[in-house]
Amino acid sequence: MAYTKRNDGRKFDETRPIEAKAGVIKRADGSAYFKIGKTAAYVAVYGPREIHPKFLQNPRNGKLRCYYNMMPFSSMGNRVRPGANRRAKEIAMVTEKALLPVVDLTEFPNSVVDVFIELPQTDAGTRCAGICAASMALADAGIPMKGMVAAVSMGRVDDKLVVDLDYSEESYEKGTVADIPIAIVSNTQEVSLLQMDGELSRDELKQAIEIVKKSCSKIDKIQRNALKERYEVKNE
Amino acid sequence: MGKLLVEDKTIVTPGEELAEGMDFLPAEGTFRDKDKIISSRLGLININGRVIKTIPVAGRYTPKKEDTIIAKVTNILMSGWILDIDSAYSAMLSVKETRDFIRRDADLTRYYNIGDYIVTDIVMVTSQKLIDASMKGLGTRKLIGGRIVKVNPHKVPRIIGKKGSMVSMIKNATGCNIIVGQNGLVWINGSPENEIIVVKIIRKIEQEAHISGLTDRIKTFLEKETNKKISIQKVE
Repeated sequence: MAYTKRNDGRKFDETRPIEAKAGVIKRADGSAYFKIGKTAAYVAVYGPREIHPKFLQNPRNGKLRCYYNMMPFSSMGNRVRPGANRRAKEIAMVTEKALLPVVDLTEFPNSVVDVFIELPQTDAGTRCAGICAASMALADAGIPMKGMVAAVSMGRVDDKLVVDLDYSEESYEKGTVADIPIAIVSNTQEVSLLQMDGELSRDELKQAIEIVKKSCSKIDKIQRNALKERYEVKNE
Repeated sequence: MGKLLVEDKTIVTPGEELAEGMDFLPAEGTFRDKDKIISSRLGLININGRVIKTIPVAGRYTPKKEDTIIAKVTNILMSGWILDIDSAYSAMLSVKETRDFIRRDADLTRYYNIGDYIVTDIVMVTSQKLIDASMKGLGTRKLIGGRIVKVNPHKVPRIIGKKGSMVSMIKNATGCNIIVGQNGLVWINGSPENEIIVVKIIRKIEQEAHISGLTDRIKTFLEKETNKKISIQKVE
């Protein structure tokens, strides 16, 4: 049986509704909120500040340090144990590497920029939501950047290539599923994150990346508008 | 031949293209990528002839030589004091850079103790961001009494106003003593009621700094708060 219609009635190349906001956390140096469908991410950026432990200092470059955390009742079933686990550490690492091509910390040697990603509600695609929010929060914190990063998951459900899988599609049982989170750098269209669960043929992957580039340019606009909105001149 | 892609004084996000062609020159907060000039920070665009720069609206204080700042003493060493200057790096105040003659075996806490706030000048910033402060300049002193408010360091020029017009207006209206540090720390000393009014005004300026007609709005706000008539002195 083929996958002819998506579970929530979206088009195959359509993302879930997106909501984005910058400057949501008052005490942070920069912050952002990014919601895609039922998946929501809050990101707080602190720094550049002094790095501890001190042996992590790099006299040539500042360091980017990411944390990823799913909140206890964020998923659908059981309580998620808070704090770092193997999965969270891996996602934090790939997030860091997805953001690193745009972040320019040469002006801040021996310092660190901390990025905290918190997920109050999840429905698949959390690392993509986290990257989108983190990119906005870094810009909001006034960190020099060469561009912005947008990310969305791409995949194949049974025989169809679909963009932005939700949990029901990720756990589709009537056929095989492939799930690939992809992050795209806005200016250069470079791919800064690509992970693959499941199998996809070479042609399908090429096709998938092209579709993601289109979706990411839409997300990029939403991110930029959210940042500008914060400083827009309101007419009283 | 070159073409501007944005208008003067608009908000731009990192990675946004500002101009095409080699006629324009990239300044602070921008960089050149082939024949395009691209913004590297979130900020307001400033076009001055051929020179394009972004004035950041967010981000921590970057220490500059000859800035007068308000700093907090965080540690005492053999040869001086370590200062927290609310930036990514801490500053060093050497015993030699004070106005008094201090003997080698003197108790340094008698001059500046941990937790004290001081007004100080930055005399040197190295490429590795080692910062030297000095208490020899005019107006440098230890702050006794009053209260400290932290503001966005990029809003400091708005709080001071043209040739100090804004801050002197607030001083005259409330009778408070105000010192604004370039690093975004503001010291206010006066009667408690007036101090609260000043804090309110500073927060208002911080929020509305990028909207034109600031002085008039602050003037009416001050008149309402203090029930006094205020005349704005024209500065030439």
